[in-house]
Amino acid sequence: MRVNSENGTKIETDLTGAAQSKMFINAARALIAYRESVLILVILIFGLCMTFASPVFLSWRNIEAILLALSVEATIAIGMVILLISGGLDLSVGSILAFAGVVTGLCLNVDVPVVLSILLGLLAAAAVGMVNGLLVSKMKINPFITTLGMMISIRGLLLVIAKGRAVLNLPESFTVVGQGRLFNVQYPIYIMVALVIIGDILMRNSRFMRQNYYIGGNEKAARLSGINVDLVKIIDYCMVAVLAGIAGLLITARFGSSSVTVGGGLELRVITAAIIGGASLSGGEGSVLGAFLGALFMGVLANSLNLLGVDVYWQRLITGLILIIAVVFDVINERRKERQK
Amino acid sequence: MEEILKIENLSKRFPGVLAVDNVSFGLRQGEILALVGENGAGKSTLTGMLGGILGRDHGRIILKGKTVSFQSSNDAIAEGISMVFQELSLVGTLSVAENIFANRHPVGPINNIRWRRLYRDTRDLLRSFKLDLDPMVPVKRLSMGQQQILEILKAISTDPVVLILDEPTSSLTEAETDYLFDKIRKLQDQGMSFIYITHKLSEIFQIANRVMVMRDGKYVGTEDVGEVNEAELVSMMVGREIKNVYGAASGSPVSTEYFRVENFCCEGAFQNITFGLQRGEILGFAGLVGAGRTELALSIFGAEPRDSGNILIDGQPVTISRPSDAIKNRIAYLTEDRKGQGLYLSMQIRENLIAPFLKQLSSAIGFLKKKIIDRHVHQKVEEFAIATPSIYQKLLNLSGGNQQKCLIAMWMGIRPEVIIFDEPTRGVDVGARVEIYQKLRQFAAAGTGIIIISSDLPELIGMCDRILVMHRGEIKGEVLSQDFSEELILSFAAGIKRNVNAGEFRKRN
Repeated sequence: MRVNSENGTKIETDLTGAAQSKMFINAARALIAYRESVLILVILIFGLCMTFASPVFLSWRNIEAILLALSVEATIAIGMVILLISGGLDLSVGSILAFAGVVTGLCLNVDVPVVLSILLGLLAAAAVGMVNGLLVSKMKINPFITTLGMMISIRGLLLVIAKGRAVLNLPESFTVVGQGRLFNVQYPIYIMVALVIIGDILMRNSRFMRQNYYIGGNEKAARLSGINVDLVKIIDYCMVAVLAGIAGLLITARFGSSSVTVGGGLELRVITAAIIGGASLSGGEGSVLGAFLGALFMGVLANSLNLLGVDVYWQRLITGLILIIAVVFDVINERRKERQK
Repeated sequence: MEEILKIENLSKRFPGVLAVDNVSFGLRQGEILALVGENGAGKSTLTGMLGGILGRDHGRIILKGKTVSFQSSNDAIAEGISMVFQELSLVGTLSVAENIFANRHPVGPINNIRWRRLYRDTRDLLRSFKLDLDPMVPVKRLSMGQQQILEILKAISTDPVVLILDEPTSSLTEAETDYLFDKIRKLQDQGMSFIYITHKLSEIFQIANRVMVMRDGKYVGTEDVGEVNEAELVSMMVGREIKNVYGAASGSPVSTEYFRVENFCCEGAFQNITFGLQRGEILGFAGLVGAGRTELALSIFGAEPRDSGNILIDGQPVTISRPSDAIKNRIAYLTEDRKGQGLYLSMQIRENLIAPFLKQLSSAIGFLKKKIIDRHVHQKVEEFAIATPSIYQKLLNLSGGNQQKCLIAMWMGIRPEVIIFDEPTRGVDVGARVEIYQKLRQFAAAGTGIIIISSDLPELIGMCDRILVMHRGEIKGEVLSQDFSEELILSFAAGIKRNVNAGEFRKRN
């Protein structure tokens, strides 16, 4: 069979009732094929159930609390999903987050101007990302090992420079970034939403970012297609590090102090969100919107379990199970598609 | 002659397709039965049932007069049917010995592996095949050809009555193929029977006793090799008459050299390579595996480094130090390793066809132009007759021939002036091959110079206007179309002969 143009002939033909319902089923099938639409559906159904179960759930205070709590994960997940798509991985994001916060905090404590302190914090994060990227692309060291090493060493470095203590007494001109409100919504939420939208548009439509899919799909073929694989990888690692840095500064500003232990275990939560959102560890798959929805789903879930008074220990168990269910869902979906052809 | 294996009314249905439809045939003791047919003809499904990998829906398999039933490939091996797959099943990081005796290691009283015996047994086996390999060396350090032979050795070490070979020579050079055929004949003399699947029809006449043809899951016929010719076989396979697989050249090329490679050297790979390419010329590169042809091509394309050498286009030197430079200069390189390095199998046709020239398809600020991409992809799918329900189909759902067409369509998008095609029809069935050859002829007729690297000599002889032969990294001979013969090319390739005009030809070009 030759290719038949998808959007042409079919729609013009007369639609009988039977054809219409068939079209509807097909459309529903096509929708289920997209992880994003499945997640939105699941979150909506889940939310609907929760409105009946708890009167607080739909209150603006609660929704803002959910969004604020997931703003850290979601911001980093943007960079992480791009890395996963290109076949990479970064375990050091939690450490980088703390690193950026401490660097900025220390700068502020010696009266460096706020804007410059923020830039220095982000620069420190970017530098770590750059080292990760160079080790992975130029030295060809496995991303897992590279970033595992970086995760441990940066955490160690933090303990050394901050002597194990938190950096306190941050000026209000800085903390406003994390605590200020516009239209009764805290800034970090705006920043997260803006970054998700920009990231998603870029990953779908920009030539440069699209190269990540090719690299994750087949790195050797990407090289032969003239793609500068090393450059793209280095930029990916810098990007996820800067996003982790942004998240770190937002946390620091929100709490008015930078702790050396903040962000422990964060990397796995971020990866979990990206995978629930449709990314795969073998690369080539995933989307920024999916990763955000994955984080949103985890956030809504944690919040609901809290409201329902479920023990924190149970929450972990449930999150883990959902990760496995998401992956099993993927495998079944893939097999179903294969049977269809 | 006694039939060692008898197949009666074998059928296998997959969802939506009857892959093997009521096939019956017999395999005689000590014969080599070639099994041919286009991709999708049901050869792999049929042999899969014989090898115990696939269950069967109907029919009987009778081995040595006894009806057998296999639950797994282990059952089949125990009864005496072994298979060698097209895709290598070796573990690269493990040694030669451990690969041959995978899961059958000699063990001691507490299930401990007896390494010394393992290596000794392997050495004996290698010696009986006159193979000069170290049993302890990891398989990934061997060449593709050596790995293929090892794969066959692994199957033979189970002492089969019937050995099924699925395209064993697809990655072998002529010399390695000859070596393999020699071994197969020896085993045949000892009474082993073979089912030999191949796409290279010339091989059938070299090695097989009889040839069986399948089409669309059905048995078409079996002929004695002496009573059938290649054209008749092709007609049986495709169900219509095809006179000349390679097609006819549209006339000799206009002699305007526009692309020139000068003094290409790379320590350990190739030395002093100089040649020119004319508009509309199809230039072949012959040679054994390891002669440096692929390395040279990758280096011209900028994907592998070189120590020295220049590329001239229309007399002007151009800098090519990475693939994107080559693409800018309209040079396309189509790799021999379609699956590993050529295509993005997990991605859609649409994404694949635009991979090498995303830049031209994006706006000034770097956003991809969707409509232009869609139009381009639809047009290419049409032009190259890629059989697919939609442009959003993932490549891994396409047949080998269609994947190869995708690879060509992908690179034609850059509108190349020079096409370097490494093994254009490896693992491609006859029908798709004819189409690929036609396309290459069309490109040449339009003035594009084409360089074909191939281990399939009949293909080079059928397609090329001129053939350069490499041996150990050097061009040892130039053969013009009026002098084409396999013997001559092979004697250059083996390094036995040197072209007396080799020096002159460099000056002339």
